[in-house]
Amino acid sequence: MRALLGATLPPVMGLVLLIGIWQLATMNGGSIPTPGKTWDAAVKLFADPFYSNGPNDQGIGWNILSSLQRVAIGFGIAALVGIPLGFILGRFATMSRMINPIISLLRPVSPLAWLPIGLLVFKKADPAATWTIFICSIWPMIMNTAQGVMRVPQDYLNVARVLNLSEWKIVTRILFPSVLPYMLTGIRLSIGTAWLVIVAAEMLTGGVGIGFWVWDEWNNLKVEHIIVAIFVIGIVGLILEQTLLFLAKRLHTEG
Amino acid sequence: MEKEKFVQVEKVGMTFDTKKGRFVALRDIDLTIRQGEFISLIGHSGCGKSTLLNLIAGLTLPTSGVLLCANREIAGPGPERAVVFQNHSLLPWLTCFENVYLAVERVFAANENKVQLKERTTKILDMVGLAHALHKYPGEISGGMKQRVGIARALAMEPKVLLMDEPFGALDALTRARLQDELMKICDATKATTVMVTHDVDEAVLLSDRIVMMTNGPAATIGEILSVDLPRPRERLTLAHNPQYMDTRSAVIEFLYAKQSHPLAA
Repeated sequence: MRALLGATLPPVMGLVLLIGIWQLATMNGGSIPTPGKTWDAAVKLFADPFYSNGPNDQGIGWNILSSLQRVAIGFGIAALVGIPLGFILGRFATMSRMINPIISLLRPVSPLAWLPIGLLVFKKADPAATWTIFICSIWPMIMNTAQGVMRVPQDYLNVARVLNLSEWKIVTRILFPSVLPYMLTGIRLSIGTAWLVIVAAEMLTGGVGIGFWVWDEWNNLKVEHIIVAIFVIGIVGLILEQTLLFLAKRLHTEG
Repeated sequence: MEKEKFVQVEKVGMTFDTKKGRFVALRDIDLTIRQGEFISLIGHSGCGKSTLLNLIAGLTLPTSGVLLCANREIAGPGPERAVVFQNHSLLPWLTCFENVYLAVERVFAANENKVQLKERTTKILDMVGLAHALHKYPGEISGGMKQRVGIARALAMEPKVLLMDEPFGALDALTRARLQDELMKICDATKATTVMVTHDVDEAVLLSDRIVMMTNGPAATIGEILSVDLPRPRERLTLAHNPQYMDTRSAVIEFLYAKQSHPLAA
């Protein structure tokens, strides 16, 4: 009981403090709504999250889901390309020397700079946003996977050599399990970045999505909705991150 | 097949290119090992005994000279020269059974079905006294048990040569003694040709037919080779008072501490 209290009390206190400061700052009027007003708006929004009045007026639930869908598709393709590429870069030094300068050059570029290229190639907003997610989530996965492959303990590789295992067995029995923790770190970083970028990308491309919704509510001057959206984006990001951390922990204890 | 010259090491030298320049680890190594013989490589740390073992394993290739096993040049590692690694090197994500099965499958899958392969795996783990720990992960068992799985994995391949790199180095004295006794029984039963790296004089005398004593590195080579003609099976307790055992032991200690005093002490 004491332990539970000790674990929950500080975070709750922090949250109360944040809301208190917010209340103090907005009490005397101004353009930022108070916590109370924001709460009322949130209750109304979540009372009917899945209504649909045409493409430009949909419930917040639909907006979140379509953002998550874009992230899932962009991220999924990035994983399909990035993880095998990471394995290749980690396993073959020549490839690594060939590709690494390109990665170093492209990685620091803001994902949004890729958006016009996406629009140009795909001629549509939706695949362009997905493309932006793809390009921003691929780097951490390539780099972490390659890093993991290069750090496979030499002892394990010596075992593979003495047993004279086939390349398939080396990949499935030695490389993959030993790289898995690194891969999960890459995936976690990727998802985090993807979720950061989707909001910005959707603001620019429009359609349905939490980022577009924020922009739409800005145009409608419903500031309390924007604040609700900020919390929602934060909570979804937190859930994604914690789920992956939980997965990583599970795998770690099994090993 | 030539039983007298089963493993031949001829004029072998090993030079490593390091950042500080060329490092000569071994030079002029000549050694012939009979089939079924138990050889110990002993010497101070840094004398290249593990390097020599890795050369026989084929994990590294010599910069000069040639190594032969059953009259064929050793051009790389292979299951016919099984290695028991110093730190057991079990794959932590596989159970004891799966670790051994990986080796069994590799060597015998061509001629045997799954039931036979599993039987073989269980049998060998039983032989090293681990029948109760088949489905435990390496993280769940003691250091001595892990090393036994490592030995089981090597023996399961029915290798022509068993290579061991300080197999009991990381174990406590009691566990070590028990595993040494087990190893002697296993080697008697399987007639395995064995090369073991050790820094333990008693271990070398107890287990070996011949002890290969190496000079200090760099550019280490074989200093002396000592035959241990004690009858088998050997019994640790009775040997403790055996004059021949004492003489052999003194000879090794004489070599290690008088002729090749430790490089740090010199």
